[in-house]
Amino acid sequence: MERRDIVTALESLLRDTLGFGSELSLFIATILGVVIIATVPLLVIIGLIWGDRKFGSRVQDRLGPNRVGPFGLLQSFADLGKLLTKEDITPANADRLIYNVAPVLSVASVILVWAVIPMAPNVVGVDLETGVLYIIAVASLGTLAVVMGGWASNNKYALLGGFRAVAALVSYEIPMVMALLVPVLFLGTGSLVEIVEAQANMWFVALSPIAALTFFLASQAEVGRPPFDLIEAESELTAGYNVEYSGMKFGMFMAGEYAHWLTQGVLLAVLFFGGWNGPFVDRWPWLGIFYFFIKSLILFFASDLVRFTIPRLRIDQMMHFNWQWLVPLSIVNLLVTALLLKIIQELGFAVDLANSPGFVDTLPMTIIMLAGNALQVAVVLSIIRFRGKRQRLMAAAGN
Amino acid sequence: MAGIEITPHTFFFLLSTILTLGGAIGVVNNRNLVRGSIWLIVSLFGVAGYFVLLHAPFLAAVQVLVYIGAIGILITFAVMLTRGMTQLQRRFSSLWWLGASASLLLFIVLLFTVIEPIWGDLSAVPDAPPGSTTDLGIALVSGDGFVLPFEVAAVLLTAAMIGAIVLAREARNADE
Repeated sequence: MERRDIVTALESLLRDTLGFGSELSLFIATILGVVIIATVPLLVIIGLIWGDRKFGSRVQDRLGPNRVGPFGLLQSFADLGKLLTKEDITPANADRLIYNVAPVLSVASVILVWAVIPMAPNVVGVDLETGVLYIIAVASLGTLAVVMGGWASNNKYALLGGFRAVAALVSYEIPMVMALLVPVLFLGTGSLVEIVEAQANMWFVALSPIAALTFFLASQAEVGRPPFDLIEAESELTAGYNVEYSGMKFGMFMAGEYAHWLTQGVLLAVLFFGGWNGPFVDRWPWLGIFYFFIKSLILFFASDLVRFTIPRLRIDQMMHFNWQWLVPLSIVNLLVTALLLKIIQELGFAVDLANSPGFVDTLPMTIIMLAGNALQVAVVLSIIRFRGKRQRLMAAAGN
Repeated sequence: MAGIEITPHTFFFLLSTILTLGGAIGVVNNRNLVRGSIWLIVSLFGVAGYFVLLHAPFLAAVQVLVYIGAIGILITFAVMLTRGMTQLQRRFSSLWWLGASASLLLFIVLLFTVIEPIWGDLSAVPDAPPGSTTDLGIALVSGDGFVLPFEVAAVLLTAAMIGAIVLAREARNADE
């Protein structure tokens, strides 16, 4: 199958229908492609803010926005108007340059991720061979935005929020990267387009549920969602790194945050849940966009459910959970996956995932991988059981 | 200066150069060290641009990940914790002549060993990528390639990491 990206598709469209020269059409197509890719997440977010609030209210037995427009649908636009017309305040003694750059960087870091995400067959900004690495690299810029905003505000709560952000984001990046490496290990490439195509008949979540789970948990912390939202714990830090921001600058931080949340669901869908794959996609490729967003939104609301039900952890509990559970588990999972892949190869069950093999062909490999994952889960559960028992015994002896 | 054609390639080369050199000037010229570290990140970002132009996307991504995502943030973080360093009174340290002569020496060495031999000879610059990321990965772990230096580097980094943990650990009481 010939692979194309948005720019080449737009370029041939411009050349054939409007009769532009090849250089001019490439130029226009590149700019158009960038604008389209950058606009899609921002447009989705406007609807998503409403959906997120409505869903959260229902989870917590409230009504949610219901005054502006039918079902409160226009609430986001009312909020946008409020944010745009609010006074833009810069605190005294703030570092103006860094203070103003931070919100822009916050949005940019997440929009850049969308450049490599395949939304449907042939609908991708650019198919990078190092796509997975690119995502990690670009996402690390978001940390920088938080630090810059927190420091430049010249406010101790903001600074504390920034410091917490660095500690949390840098630590949780490790299990996230380890989990991201598992799909790369299956295929031998970091290209997201090829990763999605390989999942035509078997999603990678079936091959490595542990990687999918660690990625979900680590990214939950990475994007600052409860129970890991220590970065902006209202009860401890007022609002964290963005406490001094007002008006649209705060709006950009908020948009960046929602974009991060959406991107978390999108990355999970692309890496572990088959991306745009679904029934009849080979006949009507545009269905891919539909499947892509449905999967991403289901995963987004799954993370939302966690957000609205589980209370916030303490900072030490959060760090303990990462360094004592997630990091070892993700490293062991990576090693076990590599070992199992070698064993599968030796046993002759190996299938070339790059050619999107059928469901039945992949079955032996899947069963072996699943068994490996089940073994790891059993070990983790028995460690938890042992520790719990010891603690109970010690508590009993103390009394 | 005839013969320099403005193509997207030269435009992005110019952009990367402005980012790299401008950022570097910002680093040494700023009396606020936090801003200096932000300029350092800008400069490193420009270097990542060069890697993209040289058909090395892997190195570009690693440059952003390691130098900006890890080292840049670490430096920024360390500087932010020391408030006194944000308001330096003097622009030049008393050892400025040492720094200036060291960088001049480095520049002369680079000029005569790297730049001069290929100056004007465009054939030395590879047009197509010399190898893909897959080739790089295989070269790092194959027996004919660089598996020994790779492993030595890995052991060294692990030792450094353990050393850092041991140094940073709080001293415990002997009876504990």
